[in-house]
Amino acid sequence: MPKDHGIGAASKRREDVRFLTGTGNYTDDINLPRQLYVHFLRSDVAHGEIRHIDTGAAEAMPGVKRVFTGKDFEGVGGLPCGWQVTDRHGQPMQEPAHPVIAQGKVRYVGEILAAVVADSRERARDAAEAIEFDIAELPAVVDMKAALAPDAPKVHDDLDGNLCYDWGFVEENRETVDAAIREAAHVTTLELVNNRLVANPMEPRVAVGDYSRADDQSTLYTTSQNPHVIRLLMGAFVLGIPEHKLRVVAPDVGGGFGSKIFHYAEEAFCTFAARQLGRPVKWTSTRSEAFMSDAHGRDHVTKIELALDADNNFTALRTETHANMGAYLSTFAPSVPTWLHGTLMAGNYKTPNIYVNVKAVFTNTVPVDAYRGAGRPEATFQLERVIDKAARELGVDPIALRRQNFVTEFPYATPVAVEYDTGDYNATMDKLEEIADIKGFAARRKESEARGKLRGLGVNAYIEACGIAPSNLVGQLGARAGLYDAATVRVNATGSISVMVGAHSHGQGHETAFPQVISEMLGIGEDQVEIVHGDTSKIPFGMGTYGSRSLAVCGSAMVRATEKVVAKAKKIAAHLLEAAEADIELRDGKFTVAGTDKEVAWGDVTLAAYVPHNYPLEDVEPGLEETAFYDPANFTYPAGAYACEVEVDPETGKVTIERFAAADDFGNVINPMIVDGQVHGGLAQGIGQALLENCAYDENGQLVSASYMDYAMPRADDVPFYTVDHSCQTPCTHNPLGVKGCGEAGAIGSPPTIVNAVIDALHSGGHKVDHIDMPLTPSRVWAAMQG
Amino acid sequence: MYAFDFEKPTSLNEAVTALQTEEAMPLGGGQTLIPSLKQRLAAPSKLVSLRGVDEIRGICRDDAGRICIGGGTTHAEVAAGVPEYPALAALAANIGDPAVRNRGTIGGSLANNDPSACYPAAALASGATIVTNTREIAADDYFEGMFMTALEEGEIITEVRFPVPEKAHYEKFEQPASRFALVGVFVAKFADGVRVAVTGASEEGVFRWSEAEAALASDFTPEAVQGLSVPAEGMIGDLHGSPEYRAHLVGVMTRRAVAAAG
Repeated sequence: MPKDHGIGAASKRREDVRFLTGTGNYTDDINLPRQLYVHFLRSDVAHGEIRHIDTGAAEAMPGVKRVFTGKDFEGVGGLPCGWQVTDRHGQPMQEPAHPVIAQGKVRYVGEILAAVVADSRERARDAAEAIEFDIAELPAVVDMKAALAPDAPKVHDDLDGNLCYDWGFVEENRETVDAAIREAAHVTTLELVNNRLVANPMEPRVAVGDYSRADDQSTLYTTSQNPHVIRLLMGAFVLGIPEHKLRVVAPDVGGGFGSKIFHYAEEAFCTFAARQLGRPVKWTSTRSEAFMSDAHGRDHVTKIELALDADNNFTALRTETHANMGAYLSTFAPSVPTWLHGTLMAGNYKTPNIYVNVKAVFTNTVPVDAYRGAGRPEATFQLERVIDKAARELGVDPIALRRQNFVTEFPYATPVAVEYDTGDYNATMDKLEEIADIKGFAARRKESEARGKLRGLGVNAYIEACGIAPSNLVGQLGARAGLYDAATVRVNATGSISVMVGAHSHGQGHETAFPQVISEMLGIGEDQVEIVHGDTSKIPFGMGTYGSRSLAVCGSAMVRATEKVVAKAKKIAAHLLEAAEADIELRDGKFTVAGTDKEVAWGDVTLAAYVPHNYPLEDVEPGLEETAFYDPANFTYPAGAYACEVEVDPETGKVTIERFAAADDFGNVINPMIVDGQVHGGLAQGIGQALLENCAYDENGQLVSASYMDYAMPRADDVPFYTVDHSCQTPCTHNPLGVKGCGEAGAIGSPPTIVNAVIDALHSGGHKVDHIDMPLTPSRVWAAMQG
Repeated sequence: MYAFDFEKPTSLNEAVTALQTEEAMPLGGGQTLIPSLKQRLAAPSKLVSLRGVDEIRGICRDDAGRICIGGGTTHAEVAAGVPEYPALAALAANIGDPAVRNRGTIGGSLANNDPSACYPAAALASGATIVTNTREIAADDYFEGMFMTALEEGEIITEVRFPVPEKAHYEKFEQPASRFALVGVFVAKFADGVRVAVTGASEEGVFRWSEAEAALASDFTPEAVQGLSVPAEGMIGDLHGSPEYRAHLVGVMTRRAVAAAG
């Protein structure tokens, strides 16, 4: 009998009432009295020297309050980078200045050249067209390898070339790995591209800056996944506003996928301009602006080599990756191709020798940063593609090759610095073989062939690191922030509870899932608990939501705070029941004295805490509210196995996904319906990357896929009905809920699965194609079949 | 958008008069023009909505048995309103999404002549007649290249007359992002011959593939066009497909259209 409440229940998402009835409160719904609007004039060239800007005519236009240029920000801080990577030689990465508005040069199409603040959007836009400027166009660098050529144009004149860093991991292993590859019985090599993506959340970014002279208080309403991070970065590094004078509010947010982690220029601008002008300043991104100003994702070019011994055991792995940073370092950009990628290169396998080299490169393109999975999809893609190629070269079953090399004993310390606490990769592969009906594939292939279609089966195994993560560890790795989280559990007088959390929900369903945990712990109804998030004036200092960390990190903080609440409530109950505290038990919303029928209800105890007439005031303070900060001991390691069956139309190259099965191990599951939804969404994004999405620049740095006319997002009929399962559960060993995180798995595990399936289909048709770079559009697949 | 005046006349004469203003533009369903305005890529002095002109909306038949579709008729209305011409109904039913089909009009599509639009293929393959407020134009004389037509400034498409073929089918290979035709082929078999029109493929916009027409005239089977191909030269090459790929798809889509037309 499935549970109807508490941990494990498929409680319906309470937030959907407002999301589905149009009563959400998004940042663009916020309009303040006397509000002004900003229009950003953005560079239409990828690289150029700003010779001259004349804003006089624009400032004389009707309704215009002021026009800002880079000059106005000369005394203001730049946008900070939150992670410093140290290179192979022990040197810090090259870190260019990142101005709010371009100064001296523009470095990508979309960079802010000037900002017009006016009393309406259209008037601001009219005036932006009246700004006279002269930009001397310079040659752009777009291709990463070309950018590293000695005579390449420099994106930043004050840096030493376009190399941000050359990272080796683990550098001490380099020679051992080289030797292992030299001595291997077989080496499989693959060169591949992890295609650049645009996150495309349904809600574009919005910022509203406000300033109250009466109390010198600045407020920023913004579409953010982590309001405290924005407050810290913008207050301390950009605008110099002390935290008690700066409030950041991220209300309902319509999807982030990583792109709303970062601190963006527009946020700083609106906050700054509101203070300058004494009036609120609002910016709402158009979809066109989003394409050229939201941080992009992925964009890796990799060569990977997998070495095997004569018995097909993996003996070594070596990768060389070029990672595109774009023109500036976005907030967490340097960490993505390094610590979120290199540390996962072991995958699910006990490969003893691994060396990862990453060259991060500046180009005249939009900055690149974390996007759903962030580094882990790139790692999984290379590894699972090269393993598939190795199986084909060696003539062995790809599932058997994977199983043979799986890590089976835990904890397992990888050669790339992380320790997997728990897992069972054979269990998820067993489950996958069952739910995907791998045995039935041959018959289905025959049926497809009878219809003139090529059918392929692709499998994969993946692991990821979630619940990012121990602050002391990430600090050693270069993070300029802690990565704990926080929760305050405020029990109200009549027993209902408000939980103020540092995590931020922008689609994850925290408002439903978090109360399930409290309900389970206290035995009260889920409807007695509300979750408050997204406002630095209401919540404790938490680090927000990304890297599938909300439940594993913030949920753990909530558990710890609730445990403190229970401990205190037991003292009160002991007093009310005239019993020893050690004998008090809490069950089904009642405190009882062990071995007796004496009991007091949860609500009577909470009332006593706020109306402390009969109360142990000498031992216990009134009130019932506790806060906990939780800093995890390790990452969590969700893992699983995916299978995909595709049909390829041999005449057109069109790929259709016929079946997709996912067997995931997320540890304990709080709400299986929400977990299903997270997996479905992740799979859709992975399918988008594998088959459709392609953020393309031309050689001049013009964004070719700058709208939905050319950038293909997955639609409902591009995705199949999924078979998902998360019944294989090895609970995380180091957090109180035993949870791992499920938000990114689908996007991590699916792209290689799909590409493996397409390559299998092509081979079944006699096309000896080793690899096709994503997205596997009809034209690319057709071209590959032409040889 | 830039500021513009707006008129919504209720008769064709009023619409024609309203369009006399310099830089005035007619507004059909707005499925291309409105996004262009929002991007500030168009700056008309005045928009003249044809939405209120009932006399150019609706579907009827003339004495010659042709289907006469008013220029202001939406794609959804065509999809539901031409049961005797299933290929045309299916084409209309597969343009864009429901919102597009309930706003976009046949006149707007043909006047715009997007090189990847579906309707130009139907009009050209059917040998339709484009009727305007001043004249009748044969489809063969109407399409003059990408976004170019025989229409004069201020001329309004009032009606499109489609002869109904014995057999026909439109086969569309969708561009993955826009879902416009990467290549679309409309094949129509009449008593006196076969017409094959190709959209999406050529830099010159919709065109007739006369070689295929000749082959199909004597043998209306996919095998008849099996060995035929169009040259890649002059085909569109972009992010979604090379000229070679488009040229290849012209052959594939033609064979499939013939097979489906039966």
